[in-house]
Amino acid sequence: MATAPEQLENYRYPDERGHFGRYGGIFVAETLMYPLEELDQAYRTYLQDPAFLDELDRDLKDYVGRPSPLYYAERWSRELGGAQIWLKREDLNHTGAHKVNNTIGQALLARRMGKKRVIAETGAGQHGVATATVAARLGLECVVYMGEVDVERQKLNVYRMSLLGAEVRPVSSGSKTLKDALNEALRDWVTHVDDTFYIIGTVAGPHPYPAMVRDFQSVIGREAKQQILEQAGRLPDALVACVGGGSNAIGLFYPFLEHEQVALYGVEAAGLGIETGKHSAPLCAGRPGVLHGNRTYLMEDDDGQIIETHSISAGLDYPGVGPEHAWLKDSGRAQYVNITDDEALEAFHSLTRIEGIMPALESSHALAYAMQLAPRMDRDQIMIVNVSGRGDKDIHTVAEREGLKL
Amino acid sequence: MSRIETVFGRLAQSGRKALIPFITAGDPDPEFTVPMLHAMVDAGADILELGVPFSDPMADGPVIQRASERALAHRVSLRQVLRMVAEFRRGDDTTPIVLMGYLNPIECMGYGAFAEAAKEAGVDGVLTVDLPPEEAEDEMLPLLYGAGIDPVFLLAPTSTPERIEKADRLGRGYLYYVSLKGVTGAGHLDIEEVTRKVAGIQALAELPVGVGFGVKDPETAARMAGLADAVVVGSALVRKIEEHAGDACRAREEITALLAAMRRAMDEEVTLA
Repeated sequence: MATAPEQLENYRYPDERGHFGRYGGIFVAETLMYPLEELDQAYRTYLQDPAFLDELDRDLKDYVGRPSPLYYAERWSRELGGAQIWLKREDLNHTGAHKVNNTIGQALLARRMGKKRVIAETGAGQHGVATATVAARLGLECVVYMGEVDVERQKLNVYRMSLLGAEVRPVSSGSKTLKDALNEALRDWVTHVDDTFYIIGTVAGPHPYPAMVRDFQSVIGREAKQQILEQAGRLPDALVACVGGGSNAIGLFYPFLEHEQVALYGVEAAGLGIETGKHSAPLCAGRPGVLHGNRTYLMEDDDGQIIETHSISAGLDYPGVGPEHAWLKDSGRAQYVNITDDEALEAFHSLTRIEGIMPALESSHALAYAMQLAPRMDRDQIMIVNVSGRGDKDIHTVAEREGLKL
Repeated sequence: MSRIETVFGRLAQSGRKALIPFITAGDPDPEFTVPMLHAMVDAGADILELGVPFSDPMADGPVIQRASERALAHRVSLRQVLRMVAEFRRGDDTTPIVLMGYLNPIECMGYGAFAEAAKEAGVDGVLTVDLPPEEAEDEMLPLLYGAGIDPVFLLAPTSTPERIEKADRLGRGYLYYVSLKGVTGAGHLDIEEVTRKVAGIQALAELPVGVGFGVKDPETAARMAGLADAVVVGSALVRKIEEHAGDACRAREEITALLAAMRRAMDEEVTLA
């Protein structure tokens, strides 16, 4: 399957300087302007380089295990009584989530650029594990920044990273979660720009990251499109994916943007409920601002200070969102909805019991929305839900909710 | 002529270099800031950089990050910082004040409203760390120019000649050279490297060049005064505030003593040269 991003008919974003309409761009301190320029050039060059693309394709196939299956969840669909629900099984990838699609790409790029050290930020730990994994394989030094709160709630992944030879540095500033880990990774990069490659895990950050991560992740949507055409004989009516930073969602959506009959639903974390203010839903309840190198929807107070977010899933616990999602929202091409902690947990249990598939709590948000949407659709309609990761890492959180100590 | 231009003109005549201290507004509490600004002028400061607290100061090291956190614990907002500047102006109509911070609080207030309010308060320059010239050009710069406020841009060891020329063309007041790859308050300066870079910038730029990041003591300040037009000192001062957060008088004394020593060392350096 070809890896080069498709040329969409009327969709040419971002522009030369990384803008998706008024969103995106490069909002960083001067020291990072040159390394970003260098990265942009390398990325543009290698994305046209057949040798690089072959290497990437080979790794995605033999190391990651792609293509990931597109599975018709027949029993679950029948139970919900509506649309046919198909699951894109990114949880079956090596390391258990979609994150590795991107870290493989960026790590191969790092090696071609002669960088010996990679750094990453992580929330749930999935991106950290995916980075530590490819760093181990390519023999690169690896440092992962992780908020102290996340270190506590994702102990398993912290240990996995250390087994893989990465150094996990807990971050104790600010809200001690993903956004603070990102701040700290940027500080590391600014200090070690000569030998370090910063592997950002989502479609946020300054240009070229949102475009580059999208291009690496869009293998999800390219496969899904080919698979649904082969297996169901037609395009789907709806796509559903969870949105924290938004990389698994953009990866699924991007190859379908040109097919306007395919409805796109991005699902944000409503936490304890949008009305409580304790959520992570900038597209649904935030407003545009500038953070971490790009302009996008943010959760901020009246003075422009970034506020703390809440979600049961560490991977969605972020006050910003990829700028392309901001653009897709404003343009009306995609719709953004939200799901509470409780609804996500219900979906987690439902899919586990009915299909024998244990999804990550992040992905459970997408599945919970599918549970609401499917009954409103006809039985001959098709929906694809991205199961972006597997739930093993969340078992402690789920057990705790049930009052169990494992 | 802007207050900043006036200061550099006056210093050039006497052969001296500008001393630019930085503190974060509202650190350790809102009452501390305005008296501290006046005291720094008395100790020999030529221009004042006043940090606008932000929740996510990505380009700052731990010292200035904690200063932001202390100020935000008092909910110090951009509007309150502007009120502090207005209060300072009532006692001092000549010393320029440059606001230094991140874009989001300004974006949240609205560029037009900010430019207007900053002008009204008596702000002379604005250094927005995460707003490079490319992103400032279309919207922010015309509003600042129109309000008579100088946009100050950063230059770094990684800046290319094209970027130096661009910052010089679009910036006003002075250029701020970040003397090391890193965050504020980090490591030690490589004097030879800084000397070479600053000379390179001066060859391309018309604006005065200030050097900051890593200026910790009178000796380093003097060395920098020997090669640049201005010396910026931030983390070394903010550290004093942190050490004596419970004792405002002591913090003020320590800061003015360090600044006075830097002033003397800088003036001696240029006299000897």
